[in-house]
Amino acid sequence: MRRNPVLTVLHRLAIGLYIAFALFPLYWLLKVSVTPNDLLYSEGVRMWPSRTSFEHYAFVIANSEFPRFFLNSFIVSGSTAVIVTLVAAVAGYALSRFAFRGKYWITALMLLTQMFPLVMLIAPMFKILSPLGLTNSLTGLIVVYTAFNVPFATFLMQSFFDGIPRDLEEAAMIDGATRFVAFRQIILPLTLPGIAATLGFVFTAAWSELLFALMLISGNAAATFPVGLLSFVSKFSVDFGQMMAAGILALIPAALFFLLIQRYLVQGLTAGAVKG
Amino acid sequence: MTALVASRRRPFLQRLAQASEPWLYTAPALILIVAVMLVPLVLGVSYAFRDIKLLNPFSGGFVGLKHFEALATDQAFRTALVNTLWWTGASVLIQFVFGLILALLLNQPFRGRAVAQALCFLPWAVPSFLTGLDWAWLFNPVIGPLPHWFVALGLMETPQSILSDPDLAMWGPIAANVWWGIPFFAITLLAALQAIPKDLYEAAAIDGAGPIERFRSITLPFLAPTIAITILLRTVWISNFADLIVVMTNGGPADRTQIVASYIFTTAFRRLDFGYASAIALVLLVLLLTYSMLIVLLRQSFLKRG
Repeated sequence: MRRNPVLTVLHRLAIGLYIAFALFPLYWLLKVSVTPNDLLYSEGVRMWPSRTSFEHYAFVIANSEFPRFFLNSFIVSGSTAVIVTLVAAVAGYALSRFAFRGKYWITALMLLTQMFPLVMLIAPMFKILSPLGLTNSLTGLIVVYTAFNVPFATFLMQSFFDGIPRDLEEAAMIDGATRFVAFRQIILPLTLPGIAATLGFVFTAAWSELLFALMLISGNAAATFPVGLLSFVSKFSVDFGQMMAAGILALIPAALFFLLIQRYLVQGLTAGAVKG
Repeated sequence: MTALVASRRRPFLQRLAQASEPWLYTAPALILIVAVMLVPLVLGVSYAFRDIKLLNPFSGGFVGLKHFEALATDQAFRTALVNTLWWTGASVLIQFVFGLILALLLNQPFRGRAVAQALCFLPWAVPSFLTGLDWAWLFNPVIGPLPHWFVALGLMETPQSILSDPDLAMWGPIAANVWWGIPFFAITLLAALQAIPKDLYEAAAIDGAGPIERFRSITLPFLAPTIAITILLRTVWISNFADLIVVMTNGGPADRTQIVASYIFTTAFRRLDFGYASAIALVLLVLLLTYSMLIVLLRQSFLKRG
C-alpha cells in the first residue's frame, strides 16, 4: 500500500517521542550517578553535567554494603530461578501432555494463586517462618519466592511444551524408552529457549521483589538489594549520587535478563497474563 | 498360581503407575503452592478474628468480629478504599490508552522496528522499587527536572515536589505506574494485532473502507476479547500492587496516597498488628472476589444476548 509521507513522518515522530519518554527516567538516573557532588545542586536541572566522575560508583563498590546486598540478591534470585524452572518444567509437561482427572483443578488452583493479594500472606508467613529460623535468612526468601513464581512459570513452560509435536516422544516410547527418559532426553533439549525464558522471567521477578523482603529481613547480613537501597534512602543524610549509582548497578542484571527474554516477551506475558 | 497372581498384579501396578504419573510430575509444584501459599492464606484468615500483635507475647486470643467493628469506623481504611479505586482506575485507563496507541504504532513495519520495540518495552524490565525511587527523584525539586519544567510551563509557582502536596500526591505513583506498565498492555495488544489476518484489511480497502472505518470494523472487534481479559486481570493486579506507593510516599501525606494493599503492608510491617492487617486483607479479598464474580456474570449475560 502507498503511504502518505506526512503520516509516515508523524508515525516516526510518535515512536521517537515514546522512546524518549521510556528512556528519560533511566537517562536521568545515569546522569546524576556520574555528576560530582560539588555540581549536584548547582547544575541540578542541566541535561548533562559540565564534568563527570565515577566517584560514586567507586565509593559504592569499595566502601558500602552494596556489594553484599548485590551478592545476596544474586544468590536468592539465581537459586529461585533454577528451582522454579525445574519444578515448572515437570509440572508444565504434565499439564501439556497428560489428560487426567485433577488437571482442571490444578489449573484452577494455580490461576487462583495469581488472583489473590499476596500482601495478605505477609503476616502469617512471618509467623510461620520465624520459629523455623527462616526469617532473616536467604533460604527463607528462596522458599517464598519459589512458591510465588511456580504457577506462572508452569503456565509458561506448558505453552512451550504445547508447541512441540507429541509424535517425538511417542516414537521414543514405542522404541522402549520410559516417558521420563523421553521427556529428559528428547523434549527438554527442544525446550531450551523456553527454559531460558522461564529462568529470565523468574530471575527478574525475584530480583524486583520488595515487600516480603522488607518484612522477612532485618539487618544488613541477609538484606537483598531493594531492602539495602531503601534503608540507605531513609538514612539521615541522603547522598543522591551514591544512591543512583547503586540504582544503576541494580538495573544491570535486570536489563541483561530482559535482553535474554525479550524475544519471548509476547509468549510469556500471554501465558502468565495475570502476572507483571 | 504365582504366575496367575503376577499376571493379574502387573496390569494393576501398571495402571497405578500410569494413573499416578501426572501426579508425580505435578507433586513438587502442588506441595510448594499448598505449603507456602494456601496454608498461610488459611492462617491469615484465622488471624482476622484473633488479636495478634508481634511485640505483645500475651496476644493471640480470639476476639471475634472486633477487628471488623474497628474497620467500620476506621477513617484511614475508608480513605484507602477510595484511593484504591482512584489509583487503579486512573492507572489502568492511562496504561491501556497509551498501550493501545503504542501497539498500533509498532504494528506498522518500519526500519529498525526491532530496536525501537526493545527500547519501548525496556521500562517493564526495571525493578519496581527502582522505578519508584527513580520517579520520586524526578519529582524532587533539588535534583529532579520535573518541578522546574512545571514552573516553566506555568503549572507551579515555585519548584516543589508534588509527592508532598496532599491534592496532587497520588499522581506521583500513578505516573510511575503508567511509565512502568504501558509495555505490558502494548506487548499483549501487539500480539493480538499481529494475529489479525492481513487480507481482511486489503479486502476492506478494496471495498472502499477508510482507515477509521477499518479500525472500527476490523481491528476493534478482533482486539475486544484480549482487551477485556487484559483489563480485568490488570485491574486486580494493580489494585494489589503496593510497591510504588510504599517506596514513593509510604501512603503519605496524611494517608492521601494510601491504598488498601499498602495499608495492609503498613499495618503488618510498621505497626506489627498482624490481626488487624489480616482483617483488612480479608475485606480486600472479598471485594476482589466480588469484582471478579461480577465480571464473569456480566460476560455470561453478554454471551447469552449475543
